[in-house]
Amino acid sequence: MLHQLDARVKVNLTLSFILATTLTPPGAWPVLTLLAALALAVVILAELRARFVLVRTALALPFALAALPLLFTVAGTPLFELPWGWTASWEGLLRVANIVVKTWLSVLMAFTLTATTPFTAILVALRGWRLPRLLVTIVALTWRYLFVLVEEAQRLMRARAARSGQIVEGRGKSLAWRARVTGGMAGNLLLRGADRAERIYSAMSARGYDGEPRVVAQPPLTAGHRALLALGYLFLALLALTGILFWG
Amino acid sequence: MLLSPVPMHIPDGFLSVLVSVVFWALSVVGVGYALKRVNEDLGERQVPIMGVLAAAIFAGQMLNFSVTGGTSGHLLGAALATIVLGPWAAVLVMTSVVGIQAVVFQDGGLLALGANIFNMSIVGVAVSYFTYKSMQRLLQQLVKDQPWSIPVSGFVAGWVSIFIAALACALQLALSGSSPANVAIPAMSGIHALIGIGEGLITAGALAFILAAQRDLLQPAAAPVGSHRAVWVGGLVIAVLLAILSPLASAHPDGLEWVAEQRGFLDLAQEPLYEIIPDYVLPGIGNEALATILAGVIGVGLVLAATLAVAYVRRRVQSVEV
Amino acid sequence: MHHNTIDVEHVSYAYPDGQMALRDVSLHVSSGERVALIGPNGAGKSTLLLHLNGLLKPQAGRVRVCGLDVGDGNLGPVRAAVGLVFQDPNDQLFCPTVFEDVAFGPLYQGLPEADIRTRVAAALEAVGMADFAARASYRLSLGEKKRIALATVLSLRPHILALDEPSAGLDPRARRGLIQLLTTVHPTLLIATHDLELVLDVCDRVVLLDEGRVIVEGCPGDVMCDVALMEVHGLERPHSLTPHAELHHLRCDALAKCVAPGNITNE
Ligand SMILES: Nc1ncnc2c1ncn2[C@@H]1O[C@H](COP(=O)(O)OP(=O)(O)O)[C@@H](O)[C@H]1O
Ligand SMILES: [Mg+2]
Repeated sequence: MLHQLDARVKVNLTLSFILATTLTPPGAWPVLTLLAALALAVVILAELRARFVLVRTALALPFALAALPLLFTVAGTPLFELPWGWTASWEGLLRVANIVVKTWLSVLMAFTLTATTPFTAILVALRGWRLPRLLVTIVALTWRYLFVLVEEAQRLMRARAARSGQIVEGRGKSLAWRARVTGGMAGNLLLRGADRAERIYSAMSARGYDGEPRVVAQPPLTAGHRALLALGYLFLALLALTGILFWG
Repeated sequence: MLLSPVPMHIPDGFLSVLVSVVFWALSVVGVGYALKRVNEDLGERQVPIMGVLAAAIFAGQMLNFSVTGGTSGHLLGAALATIVLGPWAAVLVMTSVVGIQAVVFQDGGLLALGANIFNMSIVGVAVSYFTYKSMQRLLQQLVKDQPWSIPVSGFVAGWVSIFIAALACALQLALSGSSPANVAIPAMSGIHALIGIGEGLITAGALAFILAAQRDLLQPAAAPVGSHRAVWVGGLVIAVLLAILSPLASAHPDGLEWVAEQRGFLDLAQEPLYEIIPDYVLPGIGNEALATILAGVIGVGLVLAATLAVAYVRRRVQSVEV
Repeated sequence: MHHNTIDVEHVSYAYPDGQMALRDVSLHVSSGERVALIGPNGAGKSTLLLHLNGLLKPQAGRVRVCGLDVGDGNLGPVRAAVGLVFQDPNDQLFCPTVFEDVAFGPLYQGLPEADIRTRVAAALEAVGMADFAARASYRLSLGEKKRIALATVLSLRPHILALDEPSAGLDPRARRGLIQLLTTVHPTLLIATHDLELVLDVCDRVVLLDEGRVIVEGCPGDVMCDVALMEVHGLERPHSLTPHAELHHLRCDALAKCVAPGNITNE
């Protein structure tokens, strides 16, 4: 259902959701509950497979390790004790949980956005924000050739694996040798990229490119889309405000 | 998967709104200036080169080599991009890479993207440039024109750029109150001191390869320091500032904690708002248990409505197909 | 501008690394003619095509298309008149979506938006890819990419089409489709290729190029039937031109290779 929605609406609402989530103060669990319900509703509307969503969004969680020390450094009601005088506190646990939940909700919405929107449509949305055209052009080219170059990188790695099959992992050749081979592959990718850029420049010039990035203008948002956008902003602003006012 | 293996992409939820906004602002200024300089200094020919080389750096981040016992070396690419393309183009290239990682692969948050761009493109590039140019000069004095001076300078630039960018990342986390400074800074700098070796080695290997292929790809950075003196100075200032601030912050975590507690303009905005909304408007909502129950009820309603909507649409699609 | 001709007069070109790619090449293509440029790898075919569009400048001689001198003053009209399709469609399709790629040329010609949209639709229609406008270029199959690549220049409404190895890498069905398509396009056509069957189906005349020189030109049947000439220049006579008796022997040889002796139980 969400797949057909205009990308500009989706991008703006996703960012607003993340902003509202970030603005929610620690301890405002009712607000976080509502945000979670909202996220869940959106995921249901997106009709994505639950396993897929869980696996992909879980990938962002290892970074949560960075927040774990708060468990011990925030002072408060003691929870349990580790050797060397580390004491976990209830308040610390809440702080960590707050960060983890916020991160997961944000990743969930960002993931739902990309799972329901082709990147090309997101690029159009970015142009709608009047991002500098040169930057959008570079991003569009990066995206376009990412897959071409990833394939080349994979071919290089396969070739390396095929030729170094007899070398037992960690033995045989020195670390410096392995690093040099890998660096050589990176250099190789850059040179191939530069050659390709040269050919692309020819192809662009052949069709009249003069250095100034141009795009075909997008039709304006429909009234329905604008109403949806306004409604979304209002709801999220209300949630964030409630959190700040009562738990801030 | 295309996830970048260098753990420096901050997800959303870790940075306070104030820190996010400040670093977005810094990044907008930095990237905006880089765009202006690229428009002025480089020809239209450079546009596809920046785009495709950004894709190449992105793909290059997938390459790895085993170090010992399961750990492996990876590339971030800020130093390599800087040396090959010059600082201004490199800022745009790294911004493009980091931006796509956040938007498409959820590698790094969207609100946190400002800080991530700041760390990996602006700090990464400025510090790389400063280090590379300084090393080049130093080696020039010491050994004259040795062929290995470029890869060696590249190694040092790669290592320093990763290390300093990690310090910036740790400081942002500490400033946001989501990781205590006395843990975050030593941990991040320790991990990235190791990761930086991989970065340096791959950067050096790539430069050696490009040199051996006798390609003129290394031209832009070969320009004299004078042409980019501002970047050189910027890199120096950033590196020195972070190198001094980090141990200070980690020795006095309470100082940062204090900053974190001053949740900036939000706190300022809060006081008057309290006065505007009188207590009796929402009686009992202050009671957290009740509020939670209420939120739960509304939430269940929301989810239910979404499920019904999907079921309704599905049924209609099916009846159309029949 | 209304005689859609190509005139290459005594053109020589060496790449910056000193590699001589073209040596005193002369070539005339009349309006509406379909000419094939054949020759082994490295013969200079691609280099010659790049000259038609002003992407390379001749170091000696001159190039005229549609009566215009290909040079600094004329690049705009020349590039609008000559649609050049590169060999690798990944180079030709550099935009995120098919629509943007096909719209790129008209956009840089400064056409109004409505015209751009009709041109994109017409070009995609012409290559049989009307439903593909919103697709991402990187996800297409090679056959689809090649067709879209052709559409990216058809949207310029060129007077001359110059195609570099249009059938390279295509599977038989995609290749058939492409040949069909090429027999329907209107402009003057210059095709660089080693696909000699394609030449027989599409072209009126061939020019054989090797080591940067024009070796011979003439009607496709005559040139390609000269087995000795073709072999000297690294090409083969296409099977469809092989005389019947010989072809029969070839078929028997091929069959004999497939069927191991002893496997045949009854005739
Ligand atoms: N960019 C280039 N730089 C240097 N030499 C080149 C370049 N492109 C082609 N050449 C050389 O020019 C000659 C003609 O190449 P090309 O026109 O691509 O041949 P063809 O398309 O017939 O296979 C070859 O010897 C090739 O090695
Ligand atoms: Mg060729």
